Amino acid sequence: MDPIARRTIPLRAEPAPRRPRATPKGRQVTPQARDRVQALCADLPERRDLLIEHLHRLNDAEGVLRHGHLAALAERLRLSQVEVFEVASFYHHFTVVDDEAELPATVVRVCTSLSCTMAGGESLLADLQGQLVGQARVEAAPCMGLCHAAPAASVGQRQVPQASAESVRGLLARGETGPRPLPAPVPRDMAQLRRLLSGELSADAVLAELKASALRGLGGAGFPAWRKWETVRAQPGPRHLVVNIDEGEVGTFKDWAVLTDPQAGALQMLEGALIAAQVVGADRVWLYLRDEYHDARQHLAQALGMARETLATLQQTFPHFQAPAIELRRGAGAYICGEESALIESIEGKRGLPRLKPPIVALHGVFDQPTLAHNLESLWWVPVVLARGGAWLAAQGRRGRSGLRRFSVSGRVRRPGVYLAPAGITLNELVHEHAGGLPEGHSLYAYLPGGASGGILPASLADVPLDFDTLAEHGCFVGSMAVVVLSQHDRARDAALNLMRFFEHESCGQCTPCRAGTARAVQLLQAPVWDAPLLGELSQVMRDASICGLGQAAPNPVDSVLRFFPHEVTEGGAA
Amino acid sequence: MKPHDLPPDAAPIAFTLDGQPQEARPGETLLQVAQRVGVVLPHLCHQERLGSPGNCRACVVEIQGERVLAPSCCRAPQPGMVVHTASDRATSARRTVLELLLADAPDTSMRKHDSELAHWAGVAGARAGRFPGRPAAGQDLSHPAMAVNLDACIQCTRCVRACRDVQGNDVLGLAFRGGHAQIVFDQADPMGQSTCVACGECVQACPTGAIAPANGAFAQPATEQVDSVCPFCGVGCQLRYHVSEGRIQHVEGIAGPANDSRLCVKGRFGFDYAHSPERLTRPLIRRADAPKDPLAVQHRDWRELFREASWDEALDAAAAGLRRARDAYPGQGRASPVAGFGSAKGTNEEAYLFQKLIRSAFATHNVDHCTRLCHASSVAALMEGLGSAVVSNPLRDVAHADFVLLIGANPAQNHPVGASWIKNAVRQGTKLVLADPRRTELARHAWRHLGFQPGTDVALLNAMLHVIVQEGLTDPAYIAAHTRDFEAIRDHAADFSPEAMAPVCGIAPATIREVARAYAQAKAAMILWGMGVSQHTHGTDNARCLIALALVTGQIGRPGTGLHPLRGQNNVQGASDAGLIPMVLPDYQRVDDAAARQRAEALWGLPAGSLGAEPGLTVVEIMQAAQAGRVRAMLIQGENPAMSDPDAAHAREALVRLDHLVVQDIFLTETAALADVVLPATAWPEKTGSVTNTDRCVQLGRRAVPAPGEARADAWITEQLARRLGLPWVYGVAPDGSASTDATQGIGAVYEEMRALMPSIRGLSWARLWREGAVTYPVADETDPGHAVVFTDGFPTPDGRARLVPVALRPPAEQPDAEYPLVLITGRQLEHWHTGSMTRRSVTLDALEPGPVLSLHPATAARRGLVAGAQACVRSRRGEVCLPVRVDEGMPANTAFIPFAYAEAAANLLTNPALDPLGKIAELKYCAVAVRPAGPD
Repeated sequence: MDPIARRTIPLRAEPAPRRPRATPKGRQVTPQARDRVQALCADLPERRDLLIEHLHRLNDAEGVLRHGHLAALAERLRLSQVEVFEVASFYHHFTVVDDEAELPATVVRVCTSLSCTMAGGESLLADLQGQLVGQARVEAAPCMGLCHAAPAASVGQRQVPQASAESVRGLLARGETGPRPLPAPVPRDMAQLRRLLSGELSADAVLAELKASALRGLGGAGFPAWRKWETVRAQPGPRHLVVNIDEGEVGTFKDWAVLTDPQAGALQMLEGALIAAQVVGADRVWLYLRDEYHDARQHLAQALGMARETLATLQQTFPHFQAPAIELRRGAGAYICGEESALIESIEGKRGLPRLKPPIVALHGVFDQPTLAHNLESLWWVPVVLARGGAWLAAQGRRGRSGLRRFSVSGRVRRPGVYLAPAGITLNELVHEHAGGLPEGHSLYAYLPGGASGGILPASLADVPLDFDTLAEHGCFVGSMAVVVLSQHDRARDAALNLMRFFEHESCGQCTPCRAGTARAVQLLQAPVWDAPLLGELSQVMRDASICGLGQAAPNPVDSVLRFFPHEVTEGGAA
Repeated sequence: MKPHDLPPDAAPIAFTLDGQPQEARPGETLLQVAQRVGVVLPHLCHQERLGSPGNCRACVVEIQGERVLAPSCCRAPQPGMVVHTASDRATSARRTVLELLLADAPDTSMRKHDSELAHWAGVAGARAGRFPGRPAAGQDLSHPAMAVNLDACIQCTRCVRACRDVQGNDVLGLAFRGGHAQIVFDQADPMGQSTCVACGECVQACPTGAIAPANGAFAQPATEQVDSVCPFCGVGCQLRYHVSEGRIQHVEGIAGPANDSRLCVKGRFGFDYAHSPERLTRPLIRRADAPKDPLAVQHRDWRELFREASWDEALDAAAAGLRRARDAYPGQGRASPVAGFGSAKGTNEEAYLFQKLIRSAFATHNVDHCTRLCHASSVAALMEGLGSAVVSNPLRDVAHADFVLLIGANPAQNHPVGASWIKNAVRQGTKLVLADPRRTELARHAWRHLGFQPGTDVALLNAMLHVIVQEGLTDPAYIAAHTRDFEAIRDHAADFSPEAMAPVCGIAPATIREVARAYAQAKAAMILWGMGVSQHTHGTDNARCLIALALVTGQIGRPGTGLHPLRGQNNVQGASDAGLIPMVLPDYQRVDDAAARQRAEALWGLPAGSLGAEPGLTVVEIMQAAQAGRVRAMLIQGENPAMSDPDAAHAREALVRLDHLVVQDIFLTETAALADVVLPATAWPEKTGSVTNTDRCVQLGRRAVPAPGEARADAWITEQLARRLGLPWVYGVAPDGSASTDATQGIGAVYEEMRALMPSIRGLSWARLWREGAVTYPVADETDPGHAVVFTDGFPTPDGRARLVPVALRPPAEQPDAEYPLVLITGRQLEHWHTGSMTRRSVTLDALEPGPVLSLHPATAARRGLVAGAQACVRSRRGEVCLPVRVDEGMPANTAFIPFAYAEAAANLLTNPALDPLGKIAELKYCAVAVRPAGPD
């Protein structure tokens, strides 16, 4: 369905009717719609913060959202219709259609982000759009965290690595549109949590170890973990803990790998989260998982069930222990919700618009209350730090850097995947020690050190240490450590345009520099010769005046091209 | 947090702005400080009343030590902060932001001559065309009042905040995302088919004309701006008429005490009735060959019935007929052959002059107005209980209430700006209980909706009293200090347990208990009511119950408490204050009070004893007297009893039976069609005078446009008639509706004479009213700021105590039966005012609601063989009307609703003229009807 057609307000050709309306103003709720919504959402509390969960129920059942059902849902939650619609229309995984529209229920999404495009994603998309007419809705999609198995696709809730037209058609034909089965999590005794509850370990001692470990937030910003904990702990309750599993940075798939590791995955993360909640005094824990990870959601739900059992026994063992309430929330296709304040808005059932800072979420987070927000990997490390001591982790690293980093490596390498490596490792080391080097016929031309936002570096800078802060002088950063390798067969300008399209697609649209800036940049980057001064002005306003990191970092790849690859975009050099 | 929320002694914050030391007041933003000290910063998404989302980024500044620029509208200075507004980085960011917006919306000045985007682009030196444009987004022209041009939209969301945070209508939103982010109505529906109520707050908020009046009025500046007051409901919104070439181009809300710049669809878009081609422009005298036909009163061309006359001839004829009746039938007092209906739609001065004319010229108190059909029963109960019928607290006091009981009122339709304050309060945590048989718009915002059986108010309210008394939730100290007869009501309430009343009123006992407890235990609880309470034969009883609830719980006399009967007409409060009531002289001086009569006689130059001690006839009684031939002549100023009175067929017959009927109006109303002389009067925007809203706030309406043709001000007409009736009036009222600050002649002199009889406005001189524009009485002297909350320490009764009056259950006068099985409720609707004489001649309002409808629950309709839009006929013992069905799930079962604004299906042909014994109000909210599909029986 053409998104523009959907978004254009129809004109009323005929003059206003002289007969009065036969109903009150606006769309009315039909008894059928009311019954359908009630049947699908019967077990959900009628809370407005559960709006997105309600929308998922309707969308999962119908494959689309229908206007009539949204009206009934608004009535159920005592919201106005626009309050429902503006949320439904914000998230890519929801498509709102007329009540009578007949569309295939299954959506096939094909990833067109960088690594998948380099592996033929665009032509796969075109093939499937031609082949599946009437059988499925085929849509281009941003990074789905399968960059190591490019090109990626999804069929309904089935993630498809190394997708081909045949494999997608086969899954559709067999009706295999449910989540991929994953090995179940292995039970875990949560020994570190027990130590904390038993008093063997004090909250202060936990903080001391955390400080000694130099553990930093691993969602991209690298903020020292202990400092966040101390800030939140010092605030008056009630407090919240948010676990950010909305991994969406192009090229990043490490969180999926951490979460679904049956040995030390979801349950280890949950132990870390429970320790954090206990130390900062959070009584509610929110797990926000990106919607693309249907397999991981099943896995996590399983782990949560096990964790709740463990908590029940712990509450018997330690009568004073008040286990926090844990809620699993499902994203709905929005990169921006990886930004912590946008994620919190989404938890509250709203559009994922980042909030202005100040105030920081540590002080004003979920429902405006103090909130500790962490990437899941940061919490995953907590039991490790407590078991092995903070000093152990701090002692890891190369070239004076401290700690271990999980790199998601994709693009032109032999063995794309997630690699735990010392902080300060170089691109050359990472590719050759872990990823098997470049494939036959490819030589290093450029690389993305930190996904879509981190800029693009030339081969000549393949020996600089990769870690937080080490790339600032080159206008880049490692962020979530998503490394995408480009070879001489690729062009940096194509990568920059691909990434800018991603940002345009994923911009929340709230602030002018990002909403208009990404769209204008996509137009300007298509010129054979770039208007460097104008792009420079645009970059500057986006960096200086955007509300959140998306807009502030979106110009990085453009600036990198102008700085390191000018021959691609100047007179004579441009192709 | 706003500056005024902070303690006044909070320390100022010292910081540096552009190298200069500055002190910020606590709560002040960087933008506010900059504006205060004369530093100009562009800003678009920020507007003082709408807050600052900080999304446009046009106001960014550089704060030393911060990585990125900061939106000055959202940041408060911190001690020691160093801020640069003029650095290259900051100025170029602001300029580029504006250039990006110009690329999106290059032509906003075409839509809005004072486009804020164009203005700030000029200030910042931003140039159009530097960046490529965005794809065209198109227009939405589906709404009669407003046009949406998305190509001018800059996604600042001011309209969204106006719609949601200010008006609480929740229709506009920002949907989709990124570059596709788009302003939408409901589910991206065409505006004209959405739930939009056309308050136009978005039009007022939009900085670029992306949402603008459909008539294009924003494209050119108007040549004149005149501040006045809205002519429709009792909320009393202040507005600004933008006038060019003698015509109102558009209307803007301004910061009056009742509306703080808000308006509704009528106030903002319903102004064009004044310019209707149907306006009466010359005096008319009935043609000898045009008999008065009570069955043919609607939409008549005046030429069929009348001939034009000069003012002198018409005034002579009008006065002569009244004189003839006076001379031929020498009765006085109630027996006078002459009666007058004044208007709650004119000014205080007009109402005052009108009652003075009737009382002086005909020695009778047979003068009344539509308050009789509105709140007469509320007034009766309040006078009896509290010694005063005014509201105790202003409507906006809901902001200070923890609990609001809204009963028998639909302010979302009838007092829309008032409803917006209620919705705002709910958002701030106030518990709203909506007690109404219909589930109206505010039900979505209500904590509880009590959809009780029509006509069972007393059962519900007595059950609440029962709970409060039985559970010890009364306020004994308040009862002891300020009330009497508590024992009577305590003992009486014992018989009305929720369990006993639940079968009567249809509300579960647990719910009644829950609501009663919440009301009694709230820190501050307020009761608001409307015609749903008052327009019953037990209307006085209903109001007595509400008064008792407030008194036994002590929920009165403090901010956020009290009793507020929502006044309907823009000046029903003022017209009543001015004495347009048969029982009282100005300021509610009872006619049986000899001293009060003497004061009036002395001031009016009447011989002692001219005014009688017996109250005159009320509206319905006057009609009955006319029918019986006891009233022979009437003067009607701006009222339309042929439409507004119950059992309208009888009212029309009564009007026909008069020997002489003089009607002053701006249109040939259904009443004027039965007149002998019709005098063309001025519409509200054509005259200056004072007006008093539901909050007791006296405001000044100012003349904005000239009257058409020879139409003349009502007050001038009254003075001219008075002279012809032998009264030596020398006010010198201007015929063109104008007035000045001069208090010695014209309207100023009328006001000052009126003030001399009205202690409540003693401190509000004509000069002060011009100076301040809005003052709430009581106001004792020139330095008294006025009092929004009254009864803070007792009541204006002889012993200073309020009286508690127990009431029994009484059924409505006419119950449904096998022949007439449904209950008919009548009332108003958002777009149409009262009998529709004004609003149905507004092109915009008429387009929004073009015809009468019968609202039925879909199941009730289905049982009668009716579907949405089908033509139905509704019959009562008094008449029948036919009109299309509107199915509405908010309607209770077996109940019908018809608005009474439509002459072609006049609801009052059906209604029951049975009267409340004390308030003399008719039971307009309840009669028995039969509904069937139209067509052969």
